[in-house]
Amino acid sequence: MTTLTLSMRDRLKRYAAREGFGLFALIFLIIFIVLPILTVLLWGFAIRWRFPAVIPTEWGFDFWQETLSRADLRRAFPNSIVLSISVTLLSMVICLPASYAFARMNFRGKQFFLLSFLFTNAFPRLGLYVAIAIIFFRLGLVGTFAGVVIVQLLNTLLLMIWIPTAAFQGVERSLEEAALDVGASRLRVFMQITLPLVFPAVFAAVLLTFVNTFYETYGALLIGAPNVLTIPVIMFPLINNQPIPQYGAILSLVLFAPSVVLLLFANRLLRGGYLTAGFGV
Amino acid sequence: MSTLSLKQLRKQFGDVTAVHEINLEVGDGEFLCILGPSGCGKSTALRMIAGFEEPTSGDILIDGQSVVTMAANHRPTAMVFQKYTLWPHMKVYDNIAFGLKLRGLARTEIDRKVNEALELVGLPDYGKRMPNQLSGGEQQRIALARALVLEPKILLLDEPFSNLDALLRVRLREELRRIQRRVKITAIFVTHDQEEALSLADRIAVMSKGRVEQLDVPSRIYDQPATLFVADFIGVMNLIPAQQNGATIDLGALRLESPTRVNGTVTVAIRPEDIAIVGESDVDAWGGEVEQIIDLGHYRKLLVKVPSVGTLKVYAPKALDLRENQLIGLNPSRFTIFRDGAAPIEVKREAVAPLEMSVAV
Ligand SMILES: Nc1ncnc2c1ncn2[C@@H]1O[C@H](COP(=O)(O)OP(=O)(O)O)[C@@H](O)[C@H]1O
Ligand SMILES: [Mg+2]
Repeated sequence: MTTLTLSMRDRLKRYAAREGFGLFALIFLIIFIVLPILTVLLWGFAIRWRFPAVIPTEWGFDFWQETLSRADLRRAFPNSIVLSISVTLLSMVICLPASYAFARMNFRGKQFFLLSFLFTNAFPRLGLYVAIAIIFFRLGLVGTFAGVVIVQLLNTLLLMIWIPTAAFQGVERSLEEAALDVGASRLRVFMQITLPLVFPAVFAAVLLTFVNTFYETYGALLIGAPNVLTIPVIMFPLINNQPIPQYGAILSLVLFAPSVVLLLFANRLLRGGYLTAGFGV
Repeated sequence: MSTLSLKQLRKQFGDVTAVHEINLEVGDGEFLCILGPSGCGKSTALRMIAGFEEPTSGDILIDGQSVVTMAANHRPTAMVFQKYTLWPHMKVYDNIAFGLKLRGLARTEIDRKVNEALELVGLPDYGKRMPNQLSGGEQQRIALARALVLEPKILLLDEPFSNLDALLRVRLREELRRIQRRVKITAIFVTHDQEEALSLADRIAVMSKGRVEQLDVPSRIYDQPATLFVADFIGVMNLIPAQQNGATIDLGALRLESPTRVNGTVTVAIRPEDIAIVGESDVDAWGGEVEQIIDLGHYRKLLVKVPSVGTLKVYAPKALDLRENQLIGLNPSRFTIFRDGAAPIEVKREAVAPLEMSVAV
């Protein structure tokens, strides 16, 4: 009897040791990712969902009609898209060459520069934006498209410098030198050798930057409002002032769609194979 | 078909002088090996020739024309790297064609040249493969094809085979030599592997700490090392510190004669194959005790402890019946005397009859 229990416990222990981490990760995933998304999904199609009920008691598309026909959202949507694209492109133009420099060159203060991006990101967002808003007000940038672009651009720096820098560092110098050796110019080496090799990582960084910028709220709210309104800025009071969770849920689902499409697209590209393979000898 | 000369070439990285003033003349179609231990500046020297490193001072001439001011992408050199050589995102064909496309050649011309290059390195049907579908040896052959397809004046190779297993290394080495002879290209081959250098090179430049210690044909590098470093680095060598008084060096039981008279510390260098095994009681010999016998297949290496001389490495034919702790006599037939600041002196002693097989028990 005793032996049996012991061996049972033993087996359980072994099972936990082997599967422990996976189990933990799965539970974590369900509680923090799947459940919230599921709740949002349910709210999107719920008309009535009161407390003790586990799922909505009344379903329908009524709120979709109401949400999507709002004039302010229709106006904000192109704003959001144009802003996100502008910020992402600008961020690429500034950050990719800078990351390359960080990865390849050894200059004084390089570590300081790299860490400075981390510091600005660690600094409480709202305080930083208030300070920026004061400066922008003097410069006449408050309430302008350019003002929002600048403030959102600052937001993208950490991601768009750190990820590509790491990726560029991962490209063996001999691969670039070999291209130089057969006669390619520095620019051509960068475009045809280096860039394709860092493409997966840089693409991921760009994608995240786009999505992050699309959802960026505080900067857009403090600098842009009331002239430049983005979807999250509209969503904010909608969700805060009216206790109607459906608005938030539907908007989230609508915004979720382009992200999913982009991510699926990225996934397919990355699985294309050779981009991530063949680095060894 | 080109010549290369390095004139007082020097490279400094901060406080580290990677290459001291080196002078080197490489003849047309010559295969020169730069041989030296890791960190001695071989790669730096090669990379200056390729244009990847800018010399601190000195000049590099190809066919008599200085190329130091020429950017790497304009130099008539081509390099094969040790590892991470092929561009992983391009097919083998495109790897080889890359440089040709840059030169604006016609498609049919590119096609012909790429196929010729693939043929040359013995991988004719590999064009469509991706680099990660090739073995290490195949990757290095393709890298060689990529370098040769541009018909450079100088072919540079930086330890191209050192990441491959021993057998493959030997095969590729032979193949490289065959290809180099066929296309008659001037080649500089960097390696830390002396066997590779000795078997490949027309001439070897032995480097140590950023300096060329000796530049010579392989046989002379081995037989007549110019410095103590070369003597120690190339092949197996017994180095015995000793004291010279006038024309004699007293070393254990033997008095070695030197053609020059000096007083001071010297190092006597003796190759194992220049030590004959004689009877223990031979008067013209060091008496020693066999410490260890290492079987190397067709012969045996002995470590023999000789009082007041040290432990000497000696070769013995398999037929000689020896065991550990046995007492034998050792008779050096040739040695070299190294003294700081002086040229080495080679001394031959009169031949002695080796140990009769019957003598040994
Ligand atoms: N880019 C560099 N910066 C600083 N020091 C370097 C650099 N490249 C090489 N060195 C130094 O120069 C010396 C020679 O290096 P290298 O030419 O690579 O030697 P080898 O190829 O013979 O192993 C070493 O001490 C190395 O640390
Ligand atoms: Mg090296």
